[in-house]
Amino acid sequence: MQICRVVGTVVATQKNPKLEGAKLLLVQPLTLDDEPRGVTMLAIDSVGAGVGEKVLVVFEGKAAGDALGRKAAAVDAAIVGIVDAVEVHP
Amino acid sequence: MQVARVMGEVVSTIKDANLVGVNLLVLQPLTLSGDPAGKTLVALDSVGAGVGERVFFVRGREAAFPFYPSEPPTDASVIGIVDRMDAE
Repeated sequence: MQICRVVGTVVATQKNPKLEGAKLLLVQPLTLDDEPRGVTMLAIDSVGAGVGEKVLVVFEGKAAGDALGRKAAAVDAAIVGIVDAVEVHP
Repeated sequence: MQVARVMGEVVSTIKDANLVGVNLLVLQPLTLSGDPAGKTLVALDSVGAGVGERVFFVRGREAAFPFYPSEPPTDASVIGIVDRMDAE
């Protein structure tokens, strides 16, 4: 799982039927110092996250499908938690 | 599977129901010599690992297996604490 920032939303009228009703958000992976790392990705939201929030994103197909609550959905990333705090002890 | 150092923990109140009660650990993968190797990640804990410990973890769909019959949505889980490692 990666810690990411929600940076936007995606609206798509025409999409795979398995994605009907799913909330699609743009997530930017972060380093532990909160710096952007890598490209922005799309993820399904299953916890009610909003733009600007720090979230936990799972990047794996089965897990993303479980989070969405649908079998064999064409998804590979899902937001599974909203991060309250990251406690790092270097 | 890969060896990593537990760097910290993630606190999350609002999360997937299958993640309730499971510790979320921040991991830094390591080389054999103990240097950081690659990106940090967050993994579920299945063995009671703590901050500072050297552990090994599994990636992918199999990461949910230690929690069977629960199926938490995860792509990485800590499945062992390293006592000792010997390499040529």
